[in-house]
Amino acid sequence: MLQKLFKFKGGVKPQTHKAMSVQASIGEAPLCERYYVPLHQSIGGKANPVVSVGQQVRKGQLLGAADGWVSAAVHAPTSGIVVAIEEYVAAHPSGLPTLSVVLAADGRDEWIDRQPVDYSRLAPERVRELLRDAGVVGLGGAVFPSHAKLTAAKNLPVEHLVINGAECEPFMTCDDLLMRERAEDIVRGSAIFRELLGARQVLIGIEDNKPEAVAAMQAAVTRLGEDYDVVAVPTRYPAGGAKQLIRVLTGKEVPASRRSTDLAVQCFNVATAYTAYRALAHGEPVTSRIVTLTGNVEQARNWDVRLGTPMRAAMTLAQPRADTQQYLMGGPMMGFEIPDLAAPVVKATNCLIAGKPAMFPPPPPEMPCIRCGACAEACPHELQPFELYWFARARNFGKTQEYYIFDCIECGCCSYVCPSHIPLVQYFRFAKSEIWAREREKQAADAAKARFEWRNAREEREAAEKAERLAKAAASRPAKPASSPTVASPAPVVAAVETAAPEVVSTAVAKSDANPAAATADPTPTDAESIKRATIVAAMERAKAQRAAVQPKNTSQLTAEQAKEIAAIDARRKAVAADKQATADDGGVADKP
Amino acid sequence: MISTLAVMALGAIVLGAALGYASIRFKVEGNPLVEKVDAILPQTQCGQCGYPGCKPYAEAIASGEAEINLCPPGGMDGVRKLADLLGREVKPLDAEEKPKQLAIIIEQTCIGCTLCIQACPVDAIVGAAKQMHTVVETLCTGCELCVKPCPVECIVMEPIAENLDNWKWKYPVIEIKRAA
Repeated sequence: MLQKLFKFKGGVKPQTHKAMSVQASIGEAPLCERYYVPLHQSIGGKANPVVSVGQQVRKGQLLGAADGWVSAAVHAPTSGIVVAIEEYVAAHPSGLPTLSVVLAADGRDEWIDRQPVDYSRLAPERVRELLRDAGVVGLGGAVFPSHAKLTAAKNLPVEHLVINGAECEPFMTCDDLLMRERAEDIVRGSAIFRELLGARQVLIGIEDNKPEAVAAMQAAVTRLGEDYDVVAVPTRYPAGGAKQLIRVLTGKEVPASRRSTDLAVQCFNVATAYTAYRALAHGEPVTSRIVTLTGNVEQARNWDVRLGTPMRAAMTLAQPRADTQQYLMGGPMMGFEIPDLAAPVVKATNCLIAGKPAMFPPPPPEMPCIRCGACAEACPHELQPFELYWFARARNFGKTQEYYIFDCIECGCCSYVCPSHIPLVQYFRFAKSEIWAREREKQAADAAKARFEWRNAREEREAAEKAERLAKAAASRPAKPASSPTVASPAPVVAAVETAAPEVVSTAVAKSDANPAAATADPTPTDAESIKRATIVAAMERAKAQRAAVQPKNTSQLTAEQAKEIAAIDARRKAVAADKQATADDGGVADKP
Repeated sequence: MISTLAVMALGAIVLGAALGYASIRFKVEGNPLVEKVDAILPQTQCGQCGYPGCKPYAEAIASGEAEINLCPPGGMDGVRKLADLLGREVKPLDAEEKPKQLAIIIEQTCIGCTLCIQACPVDAIVGAAKQMHTVVETLCTGCELCVKPCPVECIVMEPIAENLDNWKWKYPVIEIKRAA
């Protein structure tokens, strides 16, 4: 335990409010009637639905298959019938809908045939695939597919595997309780990650305001005979940020716009390690998660809530007090207000807080920035929030990127300390999403331009090819006698004008008013309209004459047998036609009484 | 006196030769300004500016023939960017600004005439003669060029609704709550 700890710059110490929800053990949330499982519950590709409406599914059955490598599957939280696959309000600050599978529970809660695997014997690729298909994602809140983080770089072996149990957000205790009660499974899950990454050392970082969790994890590590270091880190928000925890535990500072893997460090949340173990060793995909229900409630507690449970149903377990006015998902520092409590609990829902105005007073009016620099001192990423604020406010997004806005983790420390009550994080979120939108637009514009240019090139090429073909046709035309134009070829008109017989030309361009041939067709034209009509009539006449003039060539040299056959067929046809005519007449008469 | 003239003349010859060489050696093909203007334009290729595509309009702007406020899909934002680039005055857009839209073919009405396919500048419509056509959503630029040629008026333009993929955090404003 002589681990040397490092410090990260900045940070704040808000009131933790954790004590109220750690009194009771993790509860098993009862079944509710309907579950709304969004198909897109992780970073990356949207899962594709693989069930159909009306289908009976069992708990843990695949509802949506991962789409691509950076994507994770979603599963049925209980057994029941798929009622609909439709747009349903998402657990998102916008309250917009997302494609979800609506499941009516049948109350039996039957598992699928769970198949535990011996992951130590499987190839690492297969283990990663299994994790993806079990829907294992980062449960700290970022929901990045875990399997995609478990590929070690070939040239840089992973040195430290950091298991994140810091849980620095106020109110939140889901990881704390998980570590207290299910420490062994977390340690076993960490062993899977360690094996896949080939990490030299495993560090489990837990904030020192959770002594029970530290003790439980330490005991589990000893019991399982692992050599992991369970480290109590100083309580300071945001010690649970991946980069901050890495800094504290290893002293390595992740540079701007780089990942921790570039420094041979990888970081996972404790709950992620737990679900990974459950998925492999028990064959249980991620169908529920621990959610802290706390705040202005009678019974703050952690519950194992099935994914897809409407937040309203989940919240009733905690019995919100009557004066509750708002609900937050996530902590008070990084979470957001839920616009609609009908939204389901998803993999990112680590905490639901009932709030009243006394607890979360509305922000006082924003005052001008006085450049005190308090935000820069509090920023754990050593950014300059006041500069970012100026540029975001002025919509000068290029400048915000120069000041590394994308290294901002939106932890909220700057807004927390700002004496002018400026909602700095909101400005940064605004700037980030604007930059992303512009990036998308730019990409779309570039793609459109490329497609337009390709199309133009193709059209030019086709025109050139056609001209060449026509030129060739025109060149070969004089060799043939011009007196026998075939009716079936009015196409090569343009090039054939000079060479072809005049009849063909006038047939094809007969619609033109100015055609001199039209005047000759009708000697008494009065106006343009009649000229046109006459031209058309003349053209049709000519076409008819030509058609009559053409002799079918395939019947000119027939054998006697063939001629006989044809005659027989003709006779049959005539008979059938006559028959039809007769029945039609009869029927017509019979129908009219 | 003569030596002075000689020195000056020599200098003139040397510098002239250097300039002449440089003008050949570092010659820039095409107008780089056109590329910059073209990069700002939204590449819908809609022709609403009166030029047959974004590139021709960019050329016209770069040569000073055209105003910078003729591009409705680019919106006021585009006008502002062009004004910044070219040092010209910002002018109000010479059309009404529309939200981004998407062409949708009403499938029941489509007769499969292929006219819209021929009109689409980015090949975003698929279909064959006498077969139903459809618009590939991700490729459609919303240029409206397919609307006019349709003989049965089965193409409608629909504004792109806000969804989770294109949702953006709003500019922070202090909410004024209604007094209960």
